[in-house]
Amino acid sequence: MARDFVRTIGLGTGTTRDRFRLELLPDPILMVLLFVLMAFGLMVLYSALHEEVSMVESQALKLGAGVVILLVLAHIHPREYLQFAPFVYVGGVLMLILVLVVGDIAKGGQRWLDLGPLPRFQPSEILKLAVPLTVASYLHDRKLPPGFVDVLVSLAIISVPVLLIVVQPDLGTGLLVASAGGAVLFLAGLPWRWLLGAGAIVAAAAPILWTRLHDYQQQRILTLFDPESDPLGAGWNIIQSTTAIGSGGLAGKGLLQGTQSRLDFLPEAQTDFILAVIGEELGMIGVCLFLLIYLLIVLRCMHIAMLSKRTYDRLVAGSIGITFFIYVFVNVGMVCGLLPVVGVPLPLVSYGGTSALTLLATFGVLLSVYKYRNG
Amino acid sequence: MASLDLNDKSEERALFGRRVIVLLVGVVVLLGILVGRLVQLQVIDHAKYQTRSENNRIQVQPMVPRRGLIMDHNGVLLADNRPIHNLAIVKERVGDLDAMLAQLRTLLTLDEGDEDAFRKRLKRQRRPYEPILLKSNLTEEERARLALERYRLAGVEVVPDTVRFYPFGELYAHALGSVRRVNEDDLRSLDPVKYAGTEFIGKLGVEKFYEASLHGDVGYQQVEVDAYGRIRKELNVDPPKAGRNLRLFLDADLQIAADAALGERRGAVVAIDPRTGGILAMVSKPAYDPNHFVTGISAREYNTLLNLRSKPMFNRVINGRYAPGSTFKPAIGLAALSNRVLTWDETIFDQGSFRLPHSSRIYRDWSWQRGNSGGQGIVDLNRAIYRSSNVFFYTMASRMKIEQITQFVSQLGFGRVTSADVADASPGLLPDPAWKRAVKKEPWYPGDNVNLGIGQGDLLVTPLQLASYVSVIANRGHFRRPRLLADADGELSEEVSFDALPDVQGPSPDDWEKLVDAMENVVHRGNLGFRQSGTAWPYIGQDISYRMAGKSGTAQVVEIKQGHTYDETELDEYQRKHAWFIAFAPADDPMIAIAVLVENGGGGSGVAAPVAREVADAYILPRLLVAQHSAAGS
Repeated sequence: MARDFVRTIGLGTGTTRDRFRLELLPDPILMVLLFVLMAFGLMVLYSALHEEVSMVESQALKLGAGVVILLVLAHIHPREYLQFAPFVYVGGVLMLILVLVVGDIAKGGQRWLDLGPLPRFQPSEILKLAVPLTVASYLHDRKLPPGFVDVLVSLAIISVPVLLIVVQPDLGTGLLVASAGGAVLFLAGLPWRWLLGAGAIVAAAAPILWTRLHDYQQQRILTLFDPESDPLGAGWNIIQSTTAIGSGGLAGKGLLQGTQSRLDFLPEAQTDFILAVIGEELGMIGVCLFLLIYLLIVLRCMHIAMLSKRTYDRLVAGSIGITFFIYVFVNVGMVCGLLPVVGVPLPLVSYGGTSALTLLATFGVLLSVYKYRNG
Repeated sequence: MASLDLNDKSEERALFGRRVIVLLVGVVVLLGILVGRLVQLQVIDHAKYQTRSENNRIQVQPMVPRRGLIMDHNGVLLADNRPIHNLAIVKERVGDLDAMLAQLRTLLTLDEGDEDAFRKRLKRQRRPYEPILLKSNLTEEERARLALERYRLAGVEVVPDTVRFYPFGELYAHALGSVRRVNEDDLRSLDPVKYAGTEFIGKLGVEKFYEASLHGDVGYQQVEVDAYGRIRKELNVDPPKAGRNLRLFLDADLQIAADAALGERRGAVVAIDPRTGGILAMVSKPAYDPNHFVTGISAREYNTLLNLRSKPMFNRVINGRYAPGSTFKPAIGLAALSNRVLTWDETIFDQGSFRLPHSSRIYRDWSWQRGNSGGQGIVDLNRAIYRSSNVFFYTMASRMKIEQITQFVSQLGFGRVTSADVADASPGLLPDPAWKRAVKKEPWYPGDNVNLGIGQGDLLVTPLQLASYVSVIANRGHFRRPRLLADADGELSEEVSFDALPDVQGPSPDDWEKLVDAMENVVHRGNLGFRQSGTAWPYIGQDISYRMAGKSGTAQVVEIKQGHTYDETELDEYQRKHAWFIAFAPADDPMIAIAVLVENGGGGSGVAAPVAREVADAYILPRLLVAQHSAAGS
């Protein structure tokens, strides 16, 4: 433990080259993939931000801070996460409750928490990582596949924060947190009959759930099927983003040449809809390149999971890979008009600090799993 | 650490491995769906989205051409374009429209008309983010107040514009007409391409007749706009072609003189240059200020104007239809000569009344009430004209068949429109048996001929027609079309013929000269005792320095029943007789032909003749001076 700490702060034994490899590139493959992704992301962001260098710099700084967090977290042994995850989880849930009581209201939901000197943040972001880690830490020394009680306990761990997030209301993030926890459960060997049962319950409850949705949520889903029904209102985003992507064609209009984004037809071009900028300016080739990087990252995550010797490590690494993919899929699906509009940024590309920091922290945990795969 | 290792069982790893494979299959399937969607958007439907994106950013905006100017014969501007500032609203950028209107009301006066018109414009087809006019012609003060509140008025814009301006105001209201803001009805009939973006259209007068030429050709600019409708870049410009500048025959000095001569009386003055047919002056009074119509007039003000008994909106020159009275007598005289029922030497005895054979109805001379015995005594055509004998012309009209009369006088422009470019000119009414059967359901009676002989009955003429008629006499039978346009600075868009009409057939050159002599007597024959002077001599003939030929007329407004007498004091102002005078001068080489109407003015010689004299003086005296000087100089 003491040795780990010494290594973490860079005072470990071994040659300088060794140390460099260990400190900065715990896993060169994943690190390179992440750097390539962030570099391409900043390039697209430069265009989406209308060439405003100061904002690109600010985003680069946030990413840099995220990388530092990643490196720090990568050097913490997974067992620390195993032990601390439940406390973070409980702290996160308490903050979610606090948000409901005193949270700031932005864009129609209570999501932000302003804690004095700390920057404003969304507690739900913490849960994106805390929930899978907590479920994994609950399951790691149980017999797998999990029995009836273990499944119920796991579901309870997942549903408490999810429900708190959904009532904010932030259905999108709630579903993402649920899927991260669900991924752990699935990887742990959740029996198929549970999955079938859950599917059946959701199908049966769908009409009731529909009536429980807020008007704007219903509208977003309806708009998906017929964006032209409200071209200047709810359909505007989808129409403009599909127009941007479609007009990009195979090779795109060229970087900085996208008229949809540069003339402000595309809303949220630098945040949730940045994929449309990629599609417009870099074309299908550009989008596929990004998708390829994402796929490689997911594959590397799964590979790391397979390499791990401990149940906890496997579950954590696997769920991180899957959750990461779900973010990508939900964002791209939304921008392409396949999924309803939910507030999910494109991982590590969209402008914004919270999401990037959370993601890089998550990869820090993943790299810790990789680094300590042998003990 | 040992407990962790315990979990590392091979079957668990196998289970995990299977689960990972299931998830990876899912990942590949979902990625496949995304790529499929990309193929659909970016390859299959690429063209569609390409078009959509271009339609988003590229807007074709019409560029309204500058409206042509209108000048008088000497280049004095009669219709100009003046820069103004309008208040417009971009609806897309205003959150609560009613709240915004309420806020604007605190800054400037918005009357109901402004708001109603605004709401109508809102409903029209328009491009997104197009500013919609709310109030035109802001004052400096209003603009300053708006500028101060600018930050609270998102979506409210002050837009520069040009509008028509008539520097002479009322003076040319009827001659020029005016432009009005394009309304719903106009939009239905206008060419949407040619009139894209045009806000004003000529509604009356010259502005209406030469609308196509004055309007010019619309231009287009292709611009790149952003999502807020702001123009970012100009891509392509096809500039508009300004409308034609028009020079009219109207003479500003003469128009002012004619307006002054008529004074506050209701009536009309038309002056034509007989040599060209050019209309030199065209006054209809009362009038209105056409500038009020340009930037919009409230419904209340409009209705007030419309319902005034004096009808200021009514263009008497072209649409006022009146009996010509005695001004028609020269036409009957010429008809009688042409139809060979009269010679210059023939005399009849006018004892003051006329009766058709087998009829008890008595047709009287105008002089019936004056003196003890009516009538003009022994009269030939010359005396019948300068004394304006009714009985002589009753007799002549009864000697001819109605067709003989109408065929002849229609050559002089009665009953038809002869002007080349006067919008909405009325043809008046030249009655004949067919018309009377169709409209009045009555046969043509011999008495109708008799009434027609002195320009009464159903015959109706406009002041423009009478001016044209006296101009034909001045020309000794050569018919030049009355016209307003002298020239334009380019090709006209209208089909308009300025060709002369056929010469009047029938009268010999000698007949024309003798008729002109008789009409000169109307003005100049004087100091010769009882019933020897020309009817207009006492009023205008005693101090005139050039030769003028004229004819007075007095038209009944209400029918005087048999056995009753006309008593001005008993009648309402609007039922009194209309006074006419037609004239041209100089008689031998006419420069100007004039028709004057004074509504309900009374006697033509006493009331209308002095107006004609003033107008003729204003035109001729300066020109005679110039002629004398140049003659002396050479």
